[in-house]
Amino acid sequence: MAESKAESGDNRAHGLALLTMMERIRAFEEHAILAAERDQLVLGAIHPSIGQEACAAGIMQAVRRDDILLSTHRGHGHTLAKGADPLEMFRELLGREGGCCGGKGGSMHIADFNVGMLGANGVVGANITIGAGAAHGLKLLKTDRIAVDIFGDGAVNRGPFLEGLNWAVVFKLPVLFVCEDNQWSATTATRTVTGGDGPGARAAAMGLPVTEVDGNDVEAVARAADEMVARIRAGKGPEFLHARTYRQTGHTSFDPASYRPEGEAERHKAEDDPIARQRAVLLAMGLSSADLDTVHDAAQAEMAALLKQAAATPFPPDNMAFSDVQDIGSPQKEAF
Amino acid sequence: MAEKMTYVEASREALREAMQADETVWCVGEDLGRGSVFGQYLGLQDEFGADRVVDAPISEAAIMGAAFGAAMVGTRPVVEMRFSDFALCATDELVNQIAKARFMFGGQSRAPMVIRKPTGMWRSSAAQHSQSLESWYTHIPGLVVVCPATPQDNYSLMKAAIAADDPVVYFEHKNIWQMEGEVDRALEVEIGKAAIRCEGSDVTIVSWSDTANLAAQAGEELAGEGIGAEVIDLRSLWPWDKEAVAASVKKTGRLIVAHESVQVGGFGGEVAATIAEAVPGARIRRLGAPRSLIAYAPNLEDQMRVTPNMIKQAAREIAQ
Repeated sequence: MAESKAESGDNRAHGLALLTMMERIRAFEEHAILAAERDQLVLGAIHPSIGQEACAAGIMQAVRRDDILLSTHRGHGHTLAKGADPLEMFRELLGREGGCCGGKGGSMHIADFNVGMLGANGVVGANITIGAGAAHGLKLLKTDRIAVDIFGDGAVNRGPFLEGLNWAVVFKLPVLFVCEDNQWSATTATRTVTGGDGPGARAAAMGLPVTEVDGNDVEAVARAADEMVARIRAGKGPEFLHARTYRQTGHTSFDPASYRPEGEAERHKAEDDPIARQRAVLLAMGLSSADLDTVHDAAQAEMAALLKQAAATPFPPDNMAFSDVQDIGSPQKEAF
Repeated sequence: MAEKMTYVEASREALREAMQADETVWCVGEDLGRGSVFGQYLGLQDEFGADRVVDAPISEAAIMGAAFGAAMVGTRPVVEMRFSDFALCATDELVNQIAKARFMFGGQSRAPMVIRKPTGMWRSSAAQHSQSLESWYTHIPGLVVVCPATPQDNYSLMKAAIAADDPVVYFEHKNIWQMEGEVDRALEVEIGKAAIRCEGSDVTIVSWSDTANLAAQAGEELAGEGIGAEVIDLRSLWPWDKEAVAASVKKTGRLIVAHESVQVGGFGGEVAATIAEAVPGARIRRLGAPRSLIAYAPNLEDQMRVTPNMIKQAAREIAQ
């Protein structure tokens, strides 16, 4: 009896932690969009993952800080959930000194090597071979660390999907591939430009064990990721997670997404939002609306304060335009 | 102490020594276990095992991309592209990913990699196995570009390339794998320093890769005609030894830059323009391939070559 009570307490705590991370990701991105549209502080494009937070929160809770993550242009959530500092992330989005990439990468190249986050990527699918290779390196170094490689449904139509997945199978590498399927390839519905039975079928054809999951059910994503990560860490080879979710925003924050069928986004927001669904789960576990509102409000307050702090940070020194290019033939010595 | 080695043995020895000294150094590419196309890896899989001399699928993008991922977690891959022409299948990985990672991520990462690209004409290999594309990579900040022409340089520069923390695009010329020369294992060569292949005061001839050997031959023959040619083998194109070339042209007042790649957009244009600015009044000539394609038939293929006779003729004309 006492045990099951403790267990249900653990479940509640775990569920609340998942909700907290999703609320923080959403608050981060809502404030990033404000910074872009209201404040004109984010100068380049940002690609929000609003509506997809369950993938980031559910998968990243399954890995360790020293595991490796490769992400996409839509990677704020993954990065935050991997443990990156949101102040450094805001500074990066604003192109400021003290950003996690010193202000040189911006949203699309966000990375925090301190937490194993080896980069978002501006090229769809490019991170697939790199993630396989990171796992290859980890294996050569004889560690028990693993790599997680997240990409979207658009990436399954690029060559690196085939080359990278095959590579991981051939060398039996410790990598979890995640297709975070938000159903849209930029502004084109992915199903209209994709042959066959989708990402999972393609991965299975190359010999990867495939798990299909409701990517808006954070508890289901977390359970699937826990099981897969345990097998991968035990040396059983790469696996493939196909998480079906939905991109509630346009391709970028400036894209009104008028190409979408009328009512599609509204229906997803109303019926299939991962945060709303997890709130319902926690309410059913006995938590109160007030408890959950506290989580929401704390996340919003945290990100509002951090954005303000980031906006008060100066731009990087001018000479950083020439730093960290290369040692031999560095533009700091000769740029012409 | 010098020993006789071929060009192909020289870089293989350099790689072997680097792998013996540092177990994070490994190599990856197609058919490496059998030595690869030209024997560059013969015996290495027996010595170091299949985990460090990795036989890859024919997946250039994955070879390049995976090696990059492995470099970012702390290994030092040597990547074999088989033919420089095939490396174009991995252009995104090299140009958009490897070359930019350190900068984009604000110095958090390095990509200590050597990307080997056998280059150049090799009798009747036709249009997709013969190109010299080294100038393309000089245009990409983040990359180091090396083009050794002799066994000694292929030994010393391969060692320097593996030791570098930068991505080094390493062009070995396919026509000289069996070229023999003295190699002193103790001799270090700094990437970015040219070699004076012969001295002279009448005309400076700048080249690299196998064309530097042709230029050296031309230089010796010109000496017999009473024309003193100073032949400079750049050995690397980024960085390149502007000081050595400028100092020579200040002495000779004349520059010929000769290379196997297409003259239009070739690195010879960069050398010529830089020296035109640095040494006002210098007479300058470029010799490169015509802007056409490399054919299979030998009489057609030969029309794309820069020969010692062409270099000598240019020297005679410019020296007048």
